[in-house]
Amino acid sequence: MPLRLERQENISPLRHALAPLVALLVTLVVGAFMFVVLGHDPVRAFAIYFIDPLGDPYTLQELVVKAAPLLLIGVGLAFCYRANRWNIGAEGQYVAGAVLGSWLALATHGTEAGGWVLPAMLVLGAIGGALWGLIPAFLRVRFGSSEILTSLMLVYVAQLGLDYLVRGPWRDPQGFNFPQSVTFDDVALMPLLMGEGRLHAGIVIALLAVIVATFVLGRTLVGFSIELAGSAPRAAAFAGFDEKRVTYGVFAVSGALAGLAGIIEVAGPIGQLQPTISPGYGFTAIIAAMLGRLHPVGILIASLVLALTYIGGEAAQISMRLPFDVTRVFQGTLLIAILAADVLVRYRIRRVEGATHA
Amino acid sequence: MGEAPHQPESLLEAVELTKRFGALVANDRVSLAIRAGETHALLGENGAGKSTLVKMMCGLLQADSGELLYEGTPIVFPDPASSRAKGVGVVFQHFALFDAMTVVENVALGLPGHQPLSVLAARIDDCVRRYGLAVEPYRRVGELSVGERQRVEIVRCLLGDPRVLILDEPTSVLTPDESENLFRTVDVLTGEGRAVLFISHKLDEVRRLCHRATVLRGGKFIAEVDPKRESSASLARLMVGAEVPRTPRVTTHALGEPRLLVRHLNLPGDGSRGSALHDINIEVRAGEIVGIAGVAGNGQTALFNVLSGETLVEDQESIVIDKVAAGGLGPTERRALGAGFVPEERLGHAAAPDMRLSDNVLLTTHGDGEIVTADVIRRTTLFGRFQKIVKGFDVRFGGKDPKARRLSGGNLQKFVIGREVLRNPVLIVVDQPTWGVDAAAAGFIRTTLRERAAQGCAVLVVSQDLDELLEFTDRIAVMSEGRLTAPVPVEETSREAIGLAMGGAHGAHDSDAEGEGHHAA
Repeated sequence: MPLRLERQENISPLRHALAPLVALLVTLVVGAFMFVVLGHDPVRAFAIYFIDPLGDPYTLQELVVKAAPLLLIGVGLAFCYRANRWNIGAEGQYVAGAVLGSWLALATHGTEAGGWVLPAMLVLGAIGGALWGLIPAFLRVRFGSSEILTSLMLVYVAQLGLDYLVRGPWRDPQGFNFPQSVTFDDVALMPLLMGEGRLHAGIVIALLAVIVATFVLGRTLVGFSIELAGSAPRAAAFAGFDEKRVTYGVFAVSGALAGLAGIIEVAGPIGQLQPTISPGYGFTAIIAAMLGRLHPVGILIASLVLALTYIGGEAAQISMRLPFDVTRVFQGTLLIAILAADVLVRYRIRRVEGATHA
Repeated sequence: MGEAPHQPESLLEAVELTKRFGALVANDRVSLAIRAGETHALLGENGAGKSTLVKMMCGLLQADSGELLYEGTPIVFPDPASSRAKGVGVVFQHFALFDAMTVVENVALGLPGHQPLSVLAARIDDCVRRYGLAVEPYRRVGELSVGERQRVEIVRCLLGDPRVLILDEPTSVLTPDESENLFRTVDVLTGEGRAVLFISHKLDEVRRLCHRATVLRGGKFIAEVDPKRESSASLARLMVGAEVPRTPRVTTHALGEPRLLVRHLNLPGDGSRGSALHDINIEVRAGEIVGIAGVAGNGQTALFNVLSGETLVEDQESIVIDKVAAGGLGPTERRALGAGFVPEERLGHAAAPDMRLSDNVLLTTHGDGEIVTADVIRRTTLFGRFQKIVKGFDVRFGGKDPKARRLSGGNLQKFVIGREVLRNPVLIVVDQPTWGVDAAAAGFIRTTLRERAAQGCAVLVVSQDLDELLEFTDRIAVMSEGRLTAPVPVEETSREAIGLAMGGAHGAHDSDAEGEGHHAA
């Protein structure tokens, strides 16, 4: 029987706000089904995934540490997505930022360089991410190529570039041939927030980004022009906002925040460059942005939820021998559920009764 | 009325159809019977429910209650294909044609089954001869004028051999000359025993052409009358429900400085119809309203975009706004010079449909320094301006601050005009000020523009509605094929003279008007 999607004119704000919760619920149902199929008790699996981590101070810290990069990247993506520019390549911009920032850490390694190193690394990280993000922006403005494809493909370019560097020129000579750089000097590492533990200064930067982005998106003309360009391009041109500038602007901001997240991660929890510096933060942040309704505060909450899937995934790997891919499945299910929920909020499915074609 | 015996059997009849959209009752128990061999007019203002009724009659919408009768027996059209199969053809106001394809290819796409293009082309030629519709099968649709495109749509419908042909506001895009040709075609069609439903708000043509007229107002059936026995004024009363006010023309004040000066303005265009401009010259002085008449698709949109700064021209001097050369300035800079612009398309161009109305105020006011300072939006000032527009221009809507999409056309247009007027511009350029707006709102808009002119504003109005231009402008120029005639004072010109200039190179005998390029198949 044929079905048809019909646009609904009257959408209550409540339904719009509830969509992410419904999506979470659907994800849990699908997850339960998956655990049963894998031969596990879903109640126990959920406890390990989502309840146990919340009771332990160490994992709570870890939760915040994992949420920070998601938050930074997700806030940047909100700029792009509000403008209807689909930057899928935050993972690549993250790597590019990490590489450019790390260059300074490696160049000053073993010297007497002072406290300026880390701030300069952060700036370079942001610049590296922004430049990497501007490539798909340029290709779109100049040649009209789809930024979805180009930004995604540049992820792999960046990752392979990093791989080459840590296996080649930037490899630690005393590293027993492991593909990794030297461990950064103290001046090139993110300071810890509480003397010990895992919380580092990058978390403060991420929270600052939320505040600034909330203000810029909600209260300034720049934020308005981004929203307008995404919502009605011709009206934006009529209002005098240059489409190209918006494209470059949102890609630069989003790339810069992703690059910043990259260098913070390398100079923080990791402490050196290695072939893999992200468990897919750049992609998971897309889910955080969508789940958070493209609002910085919403993304803050969504980042914590998604960080939980990472933590729970690690715990489940250990105690239930579930592969890490289960976490990926969770995240993917969540993205599909949130996108579907959005469609179902805006549209209504109607059955088209027995069409009589002549 | 109504005592007329049921002479010819009705072909398609709507019985007490009701359709609701949320709280709005678009059609409230509306009945209408179309009879074979008759031209039936459906009259009503915008928002009266004409389109909803037509969509229910052809299966695009389903009625909430009431029924459709086909030759006296109840029938349900679940989709347009099923109504087409029963011989109900519709030509909508917005054409569904592919610009890049030829006429015959477009026609082939709309017909069920497969036919060789050559056979189809022969059938088109046949149809063209029989009904006097000038259409060349192998021309690319992108090169056709709006009138020609409409004929393509009609031909496409006729090839399906419809018994009922519904024409949705067909003359709104035609020159007077083209309209005459269409009327002849309609007469031939009814002569063959087909029924035509003719939707219009132009009373003169309804009185000339139609055998019966059904009047809708506010979604309700008002009357079925014999238009030949009515006067235009009495029909207007039925449509509007009150006397229709006319805008007083008072140009007693002296004209001031030229606020807009366009000299030798050229635009190459992208090859599609109406995208190029050739040597445009016009001057609008403070205190006057200058009108630009013309059939849609003759370069008016290109001209508007060039004036508003959405399209930039190389020759900086070709556009002068209040003594400043502005050809290379963007929209914000031109607004800073005191210009205000109102585009034709309200949703998507003049306003962002999915943004709240108050946010839509920002579109043209963000550069004025009052609402946005140092890049920060001052919400209270913005909301104050929003309420001033709403109150001062009688913008009506449900809720406190709805999305622009939720407003009716007339109310959104009042908002858009109000947004510009309250900026106190020295020059207003308006494209289609009253397109799709009910008579009361249209009168209000014209009066407002008139007042602004009296206060020293220069107003340039682009419109396809000749009556409107004759009613409230001081001078009229005519646009045709990307060229503009010199403006003539209204009292020195006539409907006929303007109509002739509007026709320019098209009309029935236009095949050689634009020589090159139409052999390509």
